[in-house]
Order: sequence, then C-alpha cells, then structure tokens
Amino acid sequence: MLKAMLGEAWLAMGANRLRTALTMLGMVIGVGAVVIMMAIGQGAQYAVQQTISTMGSNLYIVLSGSFTTAGVRSGSAGAPTLNVADAEAMSELDGVINVAPTHQGTRQLVYGSQNWSSQIIGTTPAYLEARAWSIVDGAAFGDSDVRSATRVAVIGKTVAENLFGDEDPVGKTMRIQQNPFMVIGVLGSKGQNLDGRDQDDTVIIPLTTAQRKVFGTPFLGSVRMIMVQADSAESMPKVEAGITALLRQRHRLREGMPDDFFMRNLSAAAESEAATTRTMSILLGAIASISLLVGGIGIMNIMLVSVTERTREIGIRMAIGARQKDILTQFLLEAVMISFAGCLLGLLLGLAIALGINFATGMVIVISGSAALVAFAVAATVGIFFGWYPARKAARLDPIEALRYQ
Amino acid sequence: MADPVIRVAGLAKSYETAAGLFPALRGVDLAVYPGDYIAIMGPSGSGKSTFMNLLGCLDTPSAGDYFLAGENVAHMAKDALAVLRNRTLGFVFQGFNLLPRMTLQDNVALPLVYAGIGKETRRAAARELLDKVGLGKYADSLPNRISGGQQQRVAIARALVNKPQLILADEPTGNLDSHTSDEIMRLFGELNAEGITIVLVTHEPDIAAHAKRQVRFLDGEIVSDQLTAVVPGGEAC
Repeated sequence: MLKAMLGEAWLAMGANRLRTALTMLGMVIGVGAVVIMMAIGQGAQYAVQQTISTMGSNLYIVLSGSFTTAGVRSGSAGAPTLNVADAEAMSELDGVINVAPTHQGTRQLVYGSQNWSSQIIGTTPAYLEARAWSIVDGAAFGDSDVRSATRVAVIGKTVAENLFGDEDPVGKTMRIQQNPFMVIGVLGSKGQNLDGRDQDDTVIIPLTTAQRKVFGTPFLGSVRMIMVQADSAESMPKVEAGITALLRQRHRLREGMPDDFFMRNLSAAAESEAATTRTMSILLGAIASISLLVGGIGIMNIMLVSVTERTREIGIRMAIGARQKDILTQFLLEAVMISFAGCLLGLLLGLAIALGINFATGMVIVISGSAALVAFAVAATVGIFFGWYPARKAARLDPIEALRYQ
Repeated sequence: MADPVIRVAGLAKSYETAAGLFPALRGVDLAVYPGDYIAIMGPSGSGKSTFMNLLGCLDTPSAGDYFLAGENVAHMAKDALAVLRNRTLGFVFQGFNLLPRMTLQDNVALPLVYAGIGKETRRAAARELLDKVGLGKYADSLPNRISGGQQQRVAIARALVNKPQLILADEPTGNLDSHTSDEIMRLFGELNAEGITIVLVTHEPDIAAHAKRQVRFLDGEIVSDQLTAVVPGGEAC
C-alpha cells in the first residue's frame, strides 16, 4: 500500500513539474545554505582549534613588572623583578607541570654567506614540553646544557630554510652576535599563531647561554618572562592564585602594595577566540535555518493549493474506499517527498559551493556527516510539519462536497 | 426470498439551511434483494440524490435505520463507512470520475489499493475486468485517450473490481449520447443477468425502463414502486 502511494506521490509531483521544481527550490536553497554555513563554521572552528593546539594548552605567562624612572614607565617586563629562583619555586606548586623561565629578543643570525634575523628564545627544556613542540631532526638540549651554558641551538623550520637552504642544519655551526652556536635540532612546524606571526621563525637556546652571551642581563638569574603550564584547565585558577601568593611572598610585597609582575592566561584568549567562532557558526546556521523555514512554508502553500485543485480527486478516492488516514498519508507523503528531493539537491548544491569556496579562497571548510544527517532530519521534519495541515484538510473533506466540486 | 442486500426503514435526512431545517428525505422504507435492478426516479429536489448518498455510505441519516448486508450502518464512523464503500459497494458516476493521471489499469485497481491487496493481484484483477468490459487493449492508456462511453466502461470495471454486493450508479448515462447510453445500459443488463445487484438513479424514463423495478421519489418520499413492464418502453413513464 505504501509502495503504491509512493508511486502516486511521484506521479503527482510529475504532473506539474515546474511547480514542483519551484517548491523544491525553497528547500534546495535552505538546505544548501545550512550545509555551506555549517561547512564554513566548522572549518573556522577547526582552524582555531589547530592554532590553539600548536600554542600549547593551559598556559600562563608571568612577566616581570614595570618600573618608573622620572615619570617614564617602562611597560611590562621592564623591571628585573623575576628570576630563575622564582621559576624553581613555582615548579613546586600544586597543579604546575612545566615551568620555563625565558628571555627573548630578536638577533641577527649568520651562517656562511647567509644571514637572517630571527626571534631568539633563551629557555629551559620545559619550554618545549609546555608548548608541545616536537623535534623533527636532531635532538633538544637538556638541563645540563642550561647548567653549563653550552652554545647549542634548536631552530625552527623557517630559520632552517632561510639560513641553511637545502643543507641539513644539524651539526652545523651558525653565529649569533659573533658567538658560534651549534645547531643540534630542528623543530617541527607549528605555522602561524593567533596573531598571524610565524612560529617557525624561532631559535631556541639554553637560558643561561642567552643571558650570558646574547642578551646580557642586569642581574644574574633575572628573567623577563616565565611560562607556566598547569596540569588541567580546571586547576588553572588554583595555579594562578598559588603563583600570585608565592611571588608576593618571595618578593616581600606587603598588603596593599601592587604586584611587581603580570600574569597572562594564554589559553583564555584562545578559548575566547574558539567561543567566538562557535557562536559565529551557530549564528550562521540559525540564519540559514530561516531560509529552510521559508522553504517549508513554500511547501505548505503549494500543498494547500494542490488540495484545493484536487478536491474532486479526493472525493473520488473517498467514494471508492479511501479512509481519512489514506488521504492524509498520500498528501503527507507528497510533501515529504518534495522536501526530501529538495534536501538531496540542496545537499549536493551546498557541498559543491562549499568545495568551490575552498578551492577559490583556500578557506578551511569541514564537511561532516552529521551536517548532512541534520539537514535530512530537518527536511523530513519540515515536510511533515508543513505538510500536515494541508493533508489533514484534504482528509477531512466531505466526500459528497468533494465529488460535487468542479 | 433471500435476505435483502439493503433494507432501509424510516430513513430521514434534514439539512440546516438559512430558512431552517429542510427535510430532504422524510421516512423512506425500501428493500433491495440480491439480483435486483432498480431505477430510482424523480425530479430535481425529490430527495433521490440524498437517498443515493445515504445508500452509498457517503452520508449518515438524521433518523431511521439502514441495513447494508445485514449490518446497521446508520451511525457508523467515517472510516468504517469508507471500508464499506470499498468492500461492499461499487460506484458509477455521471462524470465517470476516473483519475486523469493514472492508466486505465491503475484506475480500475485503485479500490484494491485501499483494500490493501498486493500489486500482482491488483494487476491481474484490473486486467480481467478491463477485458470483461472490452477495453483490455487500452490498459496502459490514460483516460483522456478514450471516449466518454469507454471511460464509463472503465468506471464500471472499477466499481466491480472489489466484487461488491451492490453497484450504485448515479445518472451513469447523463454525459453520453443515446447510442453510447444504450451500450452502457446493455452492459448493466448483462451484469445484472450475472446476478449483480444494481441501483441506478436517472431522470430519463427510457433509461429507467432497462431496470426491473422502478422507484419514484417526490418531495422526499417514495410515491411509487413498481416492476417494469416486460416490453421496455412507453408505459413506465
């Protein structure tokens, strides 16, 4: 019976092809819009998540405080208030898994006839762990290198390409400010960070070497920045409070005195960025759903016209024994079929356009099966929801009136 | 005599109109026996259409009883009536009322769809009846490809497909010329000769003359109920 009715619904759809096609168009556009928006939205989320995962998770940066000389304030990390001992004390705190005191600046690198300006980060091996940064070639330096201030360097991909070209940099010696450094490892590529800066344009050297040979330091052991990694997102507030209390105590700051350091939550910025893209993609999806709703109303409109036009047919069917639910099923089936066919075409159209956008602009898009599933579920719901009223109207017709209808 | 296919007792139907309750049918008693061939006659407004709608289970009476195949259907629910129309009755209309988008075979098979019969059985039954009314070769054509008389034959085949106990024909020749009308009436005669019970509504005396029995309505009541004379023609008027 259902099979026969499907066949009839197909016939009815074919009877007025242009009208069916136009009705379907509403669904095509609606579903297509949802698919495109979801692909773009999920693509943006994916891109942000990628960036976040390269940055390292649950990170705090503690910067030394500013100082004021004759009314001129130095800005953060201007005063040498933080030192390596602070960092060591922090690593004892509950919930802290990595502490990396760092000192960074930009210097000129020289190798053979090539030279290149890059960011130099003097730090400890914990830094690479905190930022989940892998070594693809050679090895990282160890704690012993930090203790003995050896002149070794781990370089990023961009540096390797610009300074060494096709040569294998591992084992080669380059110069930073006249000091020879042996390249012992090459870092894995991380791409751009949230600010768009190339994270691979970096040279990482032991903190002690950096302080003594490259940057110089006003007091031995003082650092500008300490990177701290908490063991989980949940323990971050606890870690922040612990660090603040610890530093205030170590720096002998009395009640009411301002902190002589700054703390930045790196993850918070990334999380808020992720939340923004999530909100954006939900918003885009919601706007696209409105066109789906409009498509549904289009179906209802046409089904109502169709019921009126086919009143006599309904009367004949009733006279030869169609029950109310048979008529209801028939019209509902027609609405759902139009809706489904529109959905299928919309899905294909959406995919084609999403791929086109990806091809033309390089924008990251993510096409997920769940998006297609959602689109289909929505199409079925729209078909049933907007087909219900016209179908019920048809089923409730009085057979005598319907038969008399011209 | 066998049990009647139809027995109505005190059947009445009133309609709400602006001028108040209008009694279209005021207490009709009638029995139709298996093998009967009855013509219902009467002028417009005599109540014969209302009566046919009630007999056809398309409408429910305001008062009285209607026994169809021994069952009182006067107060049945809509869906139960639909099942009766499907299984027990066959309709033939003045305007043929075939569905224009379906082939003749599908049109004939449609009542079987609502009876929940499988596709192969439906096909075979439809084919057999189309052959019976002489239109088997048009099985896959659409209704607009054949003449009015042929369409009415298809409609008769559709009415017969569920092996009903009774055929109800409402002005079956009203849209046909006299030659085609004769053909249709001959077909009804043949069917009746096979034992099929027929009730037809007409206002044409020469059509009514084909029936075995003529029932006349006037102002919502039966005014005469008599057997047709053996020679079809004049005196039945």
